[in-house]
Amino acid sequence: MDPILEVEDLRVYYKSIFGDVRSVDGVSFSVNPNEIFGIAGESGCGKSTLVEGILRLVVPPGYIKTGKILYKNTDLLSLGQEELRQLRWKELSYIPQGSMNSLNPVLRIEEQMADSVTAHTNMRKEEAKEMALSRLKEVGLPEEVARMYPHELSGGMKQRVVIATAVLLKPSLIIADEPVTALDVVVQKGVLQSIANLRDRHGITVIFVAHDLAAHAEIVDRLVIMYAGRIAEIGSVHEAFKDPLHPYTKLLVAAIPSVEKEVVEGIPGLAPSPLDWPTGCRFHPRCPYVMPICSKEEPALEDVGKGRFVACHLMHLMPSNAPILE
Amino acid sequence: MDQPLLELKNVTKDYTIGGGLGLTAKKSVRAVDKVSFTISGEKPTISALVGQSGSGKSTTARIILGLVEPTSGEVLYRGKDVRLWLKGGRKAYRREVQVIFQDPYSIYNPFYRVDRVLFKAVKKFGLASSGKEAHNMVVESMRAMGLRPEDLLGRYPHQISGGERQRLMLVRILLIKPKLVIADEPVSMIDVSLRSIFLNNLQDLKNKINMSCIYITHDLNIAHYVSDNVMVLCHGRLVETGEARSVVRDPLHPYSQNLVSAIPIPDPDRRWKDTVTIEQATFEELRAEQGCIYSHTCPRVMPICKKEIPPLTEVNPGRNVACFLYTGK
Repeated sequence: MDPILEVEDLRVYYKSIFGDVRSVDGVSFSVNPNEIFGIAGESGCGKSTLVEGILRLVVPPGYIKTGKILYKNTDLLSLGQEELRQLRWKELSYIPQGSMNSLNPVLRIEEQMADSVTAHTNMRKEEAKEMALSRLKEVGLPEEVARMYPHELSGGMKQRVVIATAVLLKPSLIIADEPVTALDVVVQKGVLQSIANLRDRHGITVIFVAHDLAAHAEIVDRLVIMYAGRIAEIGSVHEAFKDPLHPYTKLLVAAIPSVEKEVVEGIPGLAPSPLDWPTGCRFHPRCPYVMPICSKEEPALEDVGKGRFVACHLMHLMPSNAPILE
Repeated sequence: MDQPLLELKNVTKDYTIGGGLGLTAKKSVRAVDKVSFTISGEKPTISALVGQSGSGKSTTARIILGLVEPTSGEVLYRGKDVRLWLKGGRKAYRREVQVIFQDPYSIYNPFYRVDRVLFKAVKKFGLASSGKEAHNMVVESMRAMGLRPEDLLGRYPHQISGGERQRLMLVRILLIKPKLVIADEPVSMIDVSLRSIFLNNLQDLKNKINMSCIYITHDLNIAHYVSDNVMVLCHGRLVETGEARSVVRDPLHPYSQNLVSAIPIPDPDRRWKDTVTIEQATFEELRAEQGCIYSHTCPRVMPICKKEIPPLTEVNPGRNVACFLYTGK
């Protein structure tokens, strides 16, 4: 099965008077059709910049330094603006962070949903509104919502409207950036289930970006853990939780408060600055298993078998003298 | 010391909406509905106030802080009405009742150094007799909270993380040593890796300075982790209270059960199997509701639930539930 999306050595930088801010600094991964692919990491690790890069939505002072973004074997970086516009919404859709608060307050829901249809197709407005109605039902909203204004809806309903809008033209791939942040648990569960349904019922591939690992555990198939603009680990969500290989993943999983845990430890230290990433492995100043090599050489993301990729020097130690990760 | 630290008696708050320019009809929304509870003065406790957004958690907090006046009911702090405490200035009350807000980004003035919030507190409450003493106090308190003063003193807000900003608020609490702290979702905006450090600090503080805390959150994982007791609010009414572990592990009220079942479990082998129950009632229906406020949505609704309001009743020692399923009616 060919991947639907392949990202190769993507670097997205921001120009600043102090030099380049290297927010996404050499990221490679591929997404298979029909999967929910999770991207996790602390704030500032480059998650949002990464998806903006993939969708070519980076605006100055940001720019794409290098990389390849192959969507169904077409390099998005080689396309012109008009070709990109043809692809957006129909093929690739995006739910930006906080977009539920960007609905137009003076337009009815059906109007603003229909707008995005007429902008990308030759469909008449009436048809577009029909279509909006059926998508609203698919995400579990009552029909009345179509005639309502954003202020009449709760946060969870607005977020579903945004999801319904993103799937209007049945895209093959949707990228959702923190779609459940700022929603309460009950509403969050509803929205997460709507997202899982996009894949289960409509066969849409989803890239799900969230800092909350528990949300990933509920719906994601494969997970990438980002740290400081790079990938620490890629693997099935099951392995990331049950057998994390990168020390950062290990600490991150241990830091989730849960009803079943008595004590939860945080990760000491601070996330580094993208202006001046640490030398060698970017996690080495906070890593409990740091070795002399870690501050000198940056570990490459390597295939460690079973579809798992890890960037850590520990992977090269012989099993006999490897420190025990507990 | 039998006197409770804090006592809420039938506290109700109605907000008026509409009526703008006399063009739209005035309506009122009941944010908090006859809420009564007591925080014991015997030993310090952390009590979590949980509920979905719009359940009246923050309004209750604001009423306790004296920022909002209740429409009816009484709030007694150490036996004295909060309105009396606030008469002639807030200082006396603020010395004893402090707050930590949700957003660690907007509470700091970006033009001032972060330590200003600490030195201001020392000065305002007259905690130190000299500048030198104030400096030493601040440094000591930072160290006690596991922060490095050499990294933080003189820094500006944009130079430190959200987690550190919230922990500086705990340093402020340690300096002021209030008897009660209201924490309104203090970790919801900070990274998971830094959350537990804040929560562990908060628990240390409880014993160190003998301080009670009302911890407001919608996250039952956190309520379970940090608090001794849990109080569940549903549309402004208390529907369940009890010891934190037992409420979260074995919720009795159908609303609490729905809340608990919505907690994402950080284990991909145990995903949700059920679908979530979403509130069915409109504002109008909730306003007109004569019976249980959750009866529109409750999967186990009975005829009586539509007629009478279930009172908060003790069903097990220390465990109170407002639900006819347990009161034998």
